[in-house]
Amino acid sequence: MVIHQLKILLLKDIRLELKQKYAINGILLYVLSTVFVSFLSFERILDGKTWNALFWIILLFSAVNAVSKSFVQEGQPRQLYYYTIVSPLALILSKILYNALLMGIISLLCFGAFVVFLGNMVESTPLFLFTILLGGWGFSGVLTMVSAIASRTSNNFALMAILSFPVVLPILLIVMKVTNAALNGGGFADNWSPLMALFLLNIMIAALASVLFPYLWKD
Amino acid sequence: MEFKKNWWKYLGGLLILYSIIAGLLMKVPELPIIRESIRNLFFHVCMWFAMIAIMGVSAVQSIMYLRNMKRETDIAASEAAFTGLLFGFLGITTGMIWANFTWGTPWTNDPQLNGAAVSILIYLAYAVLRSSIDEEQKRARISAVYNVFAFVLFIVFVGVLPRMAAASIHPGKGGNPALGATSLDSMMRLVFYPAIIGWIIVAIIIWNIRRRLKMAQMAQMEMEEE
Repeated sequence: MVIHQLKILLLKDIRLELKQKYAINGILLYVLSTVFVSFLSFERILDGKTWNALFWIILLFSAVNAVSKSFVQEGQPRQLYYYTIVSPLALILSKILYNALLMGIISLLCFGAFVVFLGNMVESTPLFLFTILLGGWGFSGVLTMVSAIASRTSNNFALMAILSFPVVLPILLIVMKVTNAALNGGGFADNWSPLMALFLLNIMIAALASVLFPYLWKD
Repeated sequence: MEFKKNWWKYLGGLLILYSIIAGLLMKVPELPIIRESIRNLFFHVCMWFAMIAIMGVSAVQSIMYLRNMKRETDIAASEAAFTGLLFGFLGITTGMIWANFTWGTPWTNDPQLNGAAVSILIYLAYAVLRSSIDEEQKRARISAVYNVFAFVLFIVFVGVLPRMAAASIHPGKGGNPALGATSLDSMMRLVFYPAIIGWIIVAIIIWNIRRRLKMAQMAQMEMEEE
């Protein structure tokens, strides 16, 4: 029942996105132009730590921008419609899944833009790609929940940033640690414990979101 | 009768008085770098214990609010969070004074310091969230959800991540001299543990007063409206 609803909601979000396109194009352009601005101001980055920090800062801001739309773009009437036909569990999980996919596309593109403009400093690419995808899922979980909270207030865009930065930090610190290792040529074997911690954290966030979301939902 | 009901408040006051007198007068072990400033252990570290305790109370009250939807539970949760914020600021201030003496700088990159900064940011964000919603029940419900969500992530941040970090310059961590379980002087424990209990009691007293004050203010406002 829930799985079925989840599939329909997820497909609905993807179809809506493919039809309108402005949201994903907008966010991709945002990433590209931010990387380009960093290229103009840095010209070249020699230090792996700076490269890593810049990558995640750009990705964090793009993520906040991309995910904050997820509950706002559908207006109050449509939320009410969902309320009558689907379970809250299906709705929040479909949003988290959809945003995780979106984050995957954004982070891959961001990596591509970094390689083109600022040079490739990653030594072990599989570990790096795996980490940004796992980190994207984590970002999506936290930010989807925060955007659900922020969408209930009057000035949701300002609140989105204030509410999300402190809670997204645990994930950010873990992924930065692992990608830093990937930049220096570390493999999966050396980094399994932070990756495992990140995975468990992602599961925990999804569980917490599905417990708490029903309370946000009813108005 | 009064004493029977309030004995724990007197106990808290006595414990803190004891920790101040004994903490400043007792003999402390001679340790490099920290030296006499080790006495700050009785004050600085207790602020964090009190903060975590009262924020735990706040999270529990928020969970209770989501179950019973009563106004006093919401007030209890929010006033506990603000009391925690007060202790957070005190902890940061005492820590910065201490760090300035021993490390030569008030702020460095250290898991404990990051955790402290994050907790302050979370509860300031909580305060902003509360003030941005006008409708009372909606404010209570949404801020309760954020409180629970943020508290769990905060516990992950301070409880799990520092253990993964390779190094910390905090005393007793990463091979630094001092207050770890193995090197904390047994005499100091006799002051340290009562001081923690004392400050937690004081935090609860402050929370109680704030909560009752808020309830009284709400009642007064309603009377004026009528």
